[in-house]
Amino acid sequence: MHTTFDVEDRGLQYVGSSRIEGPLVVVERVRDVGYDETVEIIDPAGHPRLGRVLDISEKQAVIQVLEGTTGLSNKALRTRFLGESFCLPVSRQMLGRVFDGLGRPADDGPPPLSAEKRDVNGMPINPYARRYPREFIQTGLSAIDGMNALVRGQKLPIFSGNGLPHDRVSAQIMRQARLLDEEVEFSMVFAAMGVKHDVAEFFIRNFRESGALARAVMFFSLADAPSVERLLTPRVALTLAEHLAFDCGQHVLVLLTDMTNYCESLREVGTARGEIPGRKGYPGYLYSDLASIYERAGRIEGSPGSITQMAILTMPADDISHPVPDLTGYITEGQIVLDRELFQRGVYPPIAGLPSLSRLMKDGVGKGYTREDHPTLASQLFACYAYVKRVRGLADVIGEEELSVLDKQYLKFGEAFEMRFLNQGEYENRTIETTLELGWDVLSTLPKDELHRVSDALLKKYYREKEEKPVCAAPLAEGTVA
Amino acid sequence: MTDASRTTESMAIRISGPIVTAAGMHAAQMYEVVQVGSLGLVGEVVKLVGDHATIQVYEDTTMIKPGAPIKCTGAPLSVWLGPGLVGNIYDGIQRPLPGIQAASGAWIRRGEKVAPLDTGKLWTFEPLVKPGEVVAEGRAIGKVAETPLVDHLIMVPPGLTGTVRSVVGKGDYKIVDTVAVVETQAGPRDVTMLQQWPVRMPRPIRQRLRITEPLITGQRIIDTFFPIGKGGAAAIPGGFGTGKTITQHQLAKWSDADIIVFIGCGERGNEMTEVLREFPELKDPRSGRPLMERTILIANTSNMPVAAREVSIYTGITLAEYYRDMGRSVAVFADSTSRWAEALRELAARLEEMPAEEGFPASLPTRLAQFYERGGAVTTLAGERASVSIVGAVSPPGGDFSEPVTQHTRRFIRCFWALDTELANARHYPSIHWLHSYSEYVEDVGLWWKKEAADWVELRTEALTLLQREERLQQIVQLVGPDVLPDGQRLILFIAEIMKDGFLAQSAFDENDMYCSPERQIALLRIILTLYRRGRDLIQGGVPLTRIRSLNCVPQIMRAKSAFGNDELEKLDELKQMVMEETEALAKEYIKEGTLLCTPPST
Ligand SMILES: Nc1ncnc2c1ncn2[C@@H]1O[C@H](COP(=O)(O)OP(=O)(O)OP(=O)(O)O)[C@@H](O)[C@H]1O
Ligand SMILES: [Mg+2]
Repeated sequence: MHTTFDVEDRGLQYVGSSRIEGPLVVVERVRDVGYDETVEIIDPAGHPRLGRVLDISEKQAVIQVLEGTTGLSNKALRTRFLGESFCLPVSRQMLGRVFDGLGRPADDGPPPLSAEKRDVNGMPINPYARRYPREFIQTGLSAIDGMNALVRGQKLPIFSGNGLPHDRVSAQIMRQARLLDEEVEFSMVFAAMGVKHDVAEFFIRNFRESGALARAVMFFSLADAPSVERLLTPRVALTLAEHLAFDCGQHVLVLLTDMTNYCESLREVGTARGEIPGRKGYPGYLYSDLASIYERAGRIEGSPGSITQMAILTMPADDISHPVPDLTGYITEGQIVLDRELFQRGVYPPIAGLPSLSRLMKDGVGKGYTREDHPTLASQLFACYAYVKRVRGLADVIGEEELSVLDKQYLKFGEAFEMRFLNQGEYENRTIETTLELGWDVLSTLPKDELHRVSDALLKKYYREKEEKPVCAAPLAEGTVA
Repeated sequence: MTDASRTTESMAIRISGPIVTAAGMHAAQMYEVVQVGSLGLVGEVVKLVGDHATIQVYEDTTMIKPGAPIKCTGAPLSVWLGPGLVGNIYDGIQRPLPGIQAASGAWIRRGEKVAPLDTGKLWTFEPLVKPGEVVAEGRAIGKVAETPLVDHLIMVPPGLTGTVRSVVGKGDYKIVDTVAVVETQAGPRDVTMLQQWPVRMPRPIRQRLRITEPLITGQRIIDTFFPIGKGGAAAIPGGFGTGKTITQHQLAKWSDADIIVFIGCGERGNEMTEVLREFPELKDPRSGRPLMERTILIANTSNMPVAAREVSIYTGITLAEYYRDMGRSVAVFADSTSRWAEALRELAARLEEMPAEEGFPASLPTRLAQFYERGGAVTTLAGERASVSIVGAVSPPGGDFSEPVTQHTRRFIRCFWALDTELANARHYPSIHWLHSYSEYVEDVGLWWKKEAADWVELRTEALTLLQREERLQQIVQLVGPDVLPDGQRLILFIAEIMKDGFLAQSAFDENDMYCSPERQIALLRIILTLYRRGRDLIQGGVPLTRIRSLNCVPQIMRAKSAFGNDELEKLDELKQMVMEETEALAKEYIKEGTLLCTPPST
């Protein structure tokens, strides 16, 4: 097999390749080609397919074809190296538009006019230049605001499972998210990797109904698109998000779904390259690769904008120790975990009480941010709910009747916590005050002495003595709107 | 030798991620630093075959092409050592992040070159030797007040011995200025305030010493139950979100070391930002000075190049050794050693090395041993007692401790703080599990603690035994419920609950609780154990547990850790008095003649 090249009107082209395997094409004897350079492979039908160089030597270039190798043949393929790494033209005009997974228009609009082109791999943010995220975002969901508060510039993923309502929960967050004291609206960047068309439809409809469509940019690499393309989609989306946030000063909420599909594509490429697989066949560099995506969130000193990231991932077999959720949890600043049992009992949003965690909550709530009692309340609710889990375990063994009076009170508390505090409507937008008052309502079903984490002063102020009526007539969730 | 005789130029012939292969490298040495391409990306030679060198590049290699020129520097990867390190923040190859920001803005542009220390800055040097004095390697010839907390000793570099020919008077000098001339056998040598040292080579010491003193961390479960000695090594393994970083931050804040080196190795950017924001504001409990005045940060976050992550650990430990050589106690925190091991794995895979367990290179245990062995209590070249303590976080996949990094690390540390996901989920922090953790330094540091409390060993053993018995009882409770247990055993459950909530759990964010002085740790423990001992006596005398449970002192004990500060020990005395009085009163109520309380009040 011999590679020759000829000069056409479109520049230097190499004809033929020596090997095609999975998403990889090997082209021999190329000249002046760089590592990670973008490539156009022209298939027999004359259509260009984008790719990039994974390994380059004097002898050969190993190319990853982002748009699939179906129909390519060693003899008939032509390759053109584009002289730069993969870049995205960025502009504010992209808001309101829909693009494919590689950033090309997928609606009827024209290619965006833009003078700026950015390498989609981005550059690492200098930790010294970061600004620590602190501003509380009210999502209107008690389970998040009260217990796992999100702050502006945080990366907080949703760990879900097949069939759980992660799309509805994230759409509700995108609809309702706002800051307490500022009337700024978030811009939304939405990247879909390997999800089905109806999921994409669902989000488009949601953005349209809430009037956010004009503030949203969508990148779709759907289930029927070549799977390798997904490897670039989150990077393309984040490149635009960085432009909007740090060049245009906007507050950007980025939603990436579904990261499990992304990781599968990564595994596919790794396998095709004959790499030594790590856990469950995923490449050993999965952590670093995911970090290069998730770390593209936050705030920068001297820039008004921010990137807040929510990545959705479905845990295979609901297993939180699977490499994808596991490594994600090691990088992100906490996680919202959806719980199948709560879901089956009709609790919406089914946000698991104990495994969910927001690590930046401590710096964004409390006096001067939300309300003085917020941290204590959350910590006490967690402690009591943890005990509920133990009592339930015990009740399963010895029967509920055999429980002590106190333990029975805990069971009641658990019930109230789940049905009144966690549970709410899909269109119910609770203020942080409502959430906190509800929290005290359910906490006050327990005797005062049990609340070790609450100081006397706070108890006096917020604990509801028996005769008092609950301050907040707890709205029973009005059922979920399909 | 035909290749070598040709005048080949050094140039790249293959690029695969952070690994570049170069030809024409016959003059290159192992671990020599090279510059790749026109941007001069920093790399290190890690393999030599004929005139081919394999180079591990510390910066992103995008668009580097075969044919790119390679420039050899002739020197191994080294760090700069001198005044100006403390309070600074560096990347894995000691580029100062503030300097990089000044040069290229908020994003780290590759090829950026900034000197680790400011060569233009003037420091006030004060000589400590006179001309004519004989000085050996490691001897301090002068000092510089680097920060109000750190007197930086300017030492004769290792390998140099002779007679001081001249030394400058007290005054302001740059780190590159000659401050002394030493006459050696090989002729006169200039000594400046700047030394350079290859990171992969341990700095010399005179002798290793036994560990005798605890590193006081102010964290109750660590100091009281699983102490680490000054010069010791500890691992803190745990799944995501179990509290490795927060615990290490707590230790970096409150440990009674002179110098703290915190290595953020492959972790989050925001966590380093948090340290940068907090440490200048927090006050060292001993000196009252801002903590940043004794802290050096290395930040090679997860999104920064992986090869630089590998070397960041060595950069950090070399800085630590340098301050140790001044006779200081230094504590090094590495978060996380697993990310470092993964960097090794990633690079080994690119080098097409044969993998051993789970893809890690076979050299993993050796590398871990080399790292932890750079810690220790020592006599310095100057004859001073000094130490480097190392605390390494381990992030096992799936939180499963049977994986290679945790397992091999265990061989080289003597203190194991096992974090537990269930405790963390129940928001019991620090989630160090009292039954799965251990410390082999207990005896080494016991003598020190006995000066604080003669019965330290007994108190500790009594508390741990209580917790062990509770664990066994819990297994019964899980099966049949607590009601079948006699009051004596339920007392154990009750006291263990108090022990967990009122002693073991310690909030990193509570003003009073975040740092607990040794005296206060002992006082709290005594109160809880007093209630335990007296409760046991009372129950033997027929007092029902419910009466003990409802004593007024109980909720107060639970809240004591955050209700009182380190300077309110008298409040704890009062609380103990209250325990004594209330139990006494109960005893009187049930036992008409005399008292059944045989437990004397502990002192
Ligand atoms: N001592 C403590 N006091 C209060 N909260 C704590 C304490 N330790 C941990 N936490 C809580 O646990 C969260 C996670 O802790 P941390 O970030 O240290 O976990 P980690 O083990 O380093 O996780 P990862 O491996 O993902 O980096 C913190 O954000 C904080 O909310
Ligand atoms: Mg951490």
